[in-house]
Amino acid sequence: MADIKTEVRRYIDDNFIMGSSGTPFADTDSLLDLHIVDSTGILELILFLEETFGIQVHDADMVPENLDSLNAIEAYVQRKHLARVAA
Amino acid sequence: MPRSAALTADVFTLDCAAEIERIGRHLRASLASMHKRGVVLGLSGGVDSSVCAALAVHALGSAKVQGLLMPEQDSSADSADLGTAVAARLGLRCVTENIAPTLTAIGCYRWRDEAIRTLFPDYDETCKCKIVIASGSAGKVHFFDLVVQMPGGTEQRARLPLREYLQIVAATNYKQRIRKTVEYFHADRLNYAVLGTPNRLEYDQGFFVKNGDGAADIKPIAHLYKTQVYALARHLGLPETVCSAAPTTDTYSLPQSQDEFYFALPYAQMDLALWAHNHLRPAAELATALGLSEEIAAGIYTEIEAKRRGTRYLHLRPQLVEPVVEICPEDAP
Repeated sequence: MADIKTEVRRYIDDNFIMGSSGTPFADTDSLLDLHIVDSTGILELILFLEETFGIQVHDADMVPENLDSLNAIEAYVQRKHLARVAA
Repeated sequence: MPRSAALTADVFTLDCAAEIERIGRHLRASLASMHKRGVVLGLSGGVDSSVCAALAVHALGSAKVQGLLMPEQDSSADSADLGTAVAARLGLRCVTENIAPTLTAIGCYRWRDEAIRTLFPDYDETCKCKIVIASGSAGKVHFFDLVVQMPGGTEQRARLPLREYLQIVAATNYKQRIRKTVEYFHADRLNYAVLGTPNRLEYDQGFFVKNGDGAADIKPIAHLYKTQVYALARHLGLPETVCSAAPTTDTYSLPQSQDEFYFALPYAQMDLALWAHNHLRPAAELATALGLSEEIAAGIYTEIEAKRRGTRYLHLRPQLVEPVVEICPEDAP
């Protein structure tokens, strides 16, 4: 599987930023605090994660701790994959 | 208001008589500058449109105000009754335009129901529905649930996937946009302007449909907190049923309060939170006033800012590559 952070960063670049910002965001940056994604954007991001990585984001998982930075997203997707393997 | 004023509903105290005169002067001046002879507005039976109607009648006389009742198949019967009662109280000319056939023809209900049926295959016109907001932690991630009531009265609830959520909202936005089209028809035939009726909470937080209820020539109460609009309603002698009605969206077939769908708190508390945020009051002070934790109060401030950012585009004019200063001199660099 392609690197999770690379895939997500490409999705955000292509769909949210669209070449409009000259300042790249760091893997640790908060996507919400930097206003890169808004309330609808985070739902779009969740759909992207579900369709790209074959996971299901449950209501209880829809928290900033899982979704608000590239590092957090990578860790979350990896946890979901591990949980699936263990099941 | 002194800096030290306690954070209570008293901060909304308004000299109603003076405010009514001020709004009246603004209405007359705006109409004169636009070369319009009166105003058209939709009457929902809610306090905002009722107050706007009363303000317009006070400023212009009832002969220069055209009211419109625009029910559709999901409208509450109370809306038409209240709107009619307000029109009668004010002596307004009032036309009823049932927009249900237009909404049917344009696909409003079909698009909405198609999205609903992906979650509830048995959903049909005998069922009722609404969307309610659900929140993640710290108020930062919101998602929505669809609530469906079956003919027997049992309710089912499911999380709305993004595409279905967007399609349902887009379909129901037809309602506000068709109503606005009807309002402009009557405005054009009478050479009147259209009044928009958002209160400050709605205007500030973007609780309106762009080119729907957000479209208007004059918005006479957009600077007033909802609490102040209720005060004006009582001062203007509107029916008690209007003065005491809780705000609803009247957009879905199941009753849906505004705080179920959009605002974090009931309007009176939301008003106070917005006022406190606008006046740079610390979150701790809001927490005390509303009986909340400081963390939750701070989250409400964050949410107010997030909604401002998220709905900024609703207020924007179409974006030009460069200003056309001959049309808008204020855009000159």
